Amino acid sequence: MKLVVVSLVVIWALPGGRVAASPSDEVNMDLDGRVRAFARQVRCLVCQNETLADSQAGLADDLRREIRDQMRAGQTDDEIAAYLTQRYGDFVLYRPPLKPSTYVLWFGPFVLLGAGVLTLARLLTQPPMPHPAGVSARLRKRAHRLLDEAPPSTVVE
Amino acid sequence: MKFVVPLGAFLLLAAFLTAGLRVDPQLVPSPLIEHVAPAFQLPLLQEPARTFSPNDVGGRVWMLNVWASWCVSCRAEHALLRALAEADVVPLYGLDYKDTPENGLAFLGTYGDPYVLSMQDTEGRVAIDYGVYGVPETYLIDKAGVIRFKQVGPITRDVVEGTIVPMVEQLNR
Repeated sequence: MKLVVVSLVVIWALPGGRVAASPSDEVNMDLDGRVRAFARQVRCLVCQNETLADSQAGLADDLRREIRDQMRAGQTDDEIAAYLTQRYGDFVLYRPPLKPSTYVLWFGPFVLLGAGVLTLARLLTQPPMPHPAGVSARLRKRAHRLLDEAPPSTVVE
Repeated sequence: MKFVVPLGAFLLLAAFLTAGLRVDPQLVPSPLIEHVAPAFQLPLLQEPARTFSPNDVGGRVWMLNVWASWCVSCRAEHALLRALAEADVVPLYGLDYKDTPENGLAFLGTYGDPYVLSMQDTEGRVAIDYGVYGVPETYLIDKAGVIRFKQVGPITRDVVEGTIVPMVEQLNR
């Protein structure tokens, strides 16, 4: 029991376990948070389905360092995004910018959805199929006979 | 007549998917093509006291190859780079990326040195400016210092014969 208490005290006393003590720590934590939030919106180019925040690749490390340095130097998020796209293209941004070459990307799904809704609406509002004219008198007679033969409960008027 | 619309939609989708099969999803088109190669100044691998900057090449077509001793595909393309250098097609400059000078020099000692000179980019900062994301990468830069072609990954015989040699000839004209 004593050991548990001592361990808990030791854990509590560890620097990472507590709220930032000095103002510079607070600034650093804000910066860390900003770097992480930004890196979550950037694609890692080495493992392309991972964000820069999650990736373990060496290049991701370097880019996070670069982002951090630039943030510390007072650059805005937009400026850093511009810095990255200048080097790697719009592909690095998980939220690509709206411009003529990305119109299909941004609006394509809505166009497809609209086309689907229109088709559905047209199908639903179409008048029901007319009676087939080609049924011969013989078939019609046979249908009537079958209906007459059926027990009353199954006959649908 | 009834099937024209679904058939058309299917063909369109099939065309998109077929085109998608032919594209390498790993390949990121570089926005730096047709732009001036970023400036830098880096210490030389062999002589750290001296530095190299793209301006030093001065009005010639040249090729920048990003390599590293830890990069396995760099070994694969190295024989082709040596052949390019021996044939004197284009001056080849090396950028030793995120490497130690000892390992870099050992690599050149083992596999041969096709480069006019190599620079050390220990931190990889210059490589970031060039949009490097997979070593090796190769850039072809024209007399005005504009990047005209970029190869991500090892260069192949096809790339050398089909693209690099004709482009160098055309750019030198």
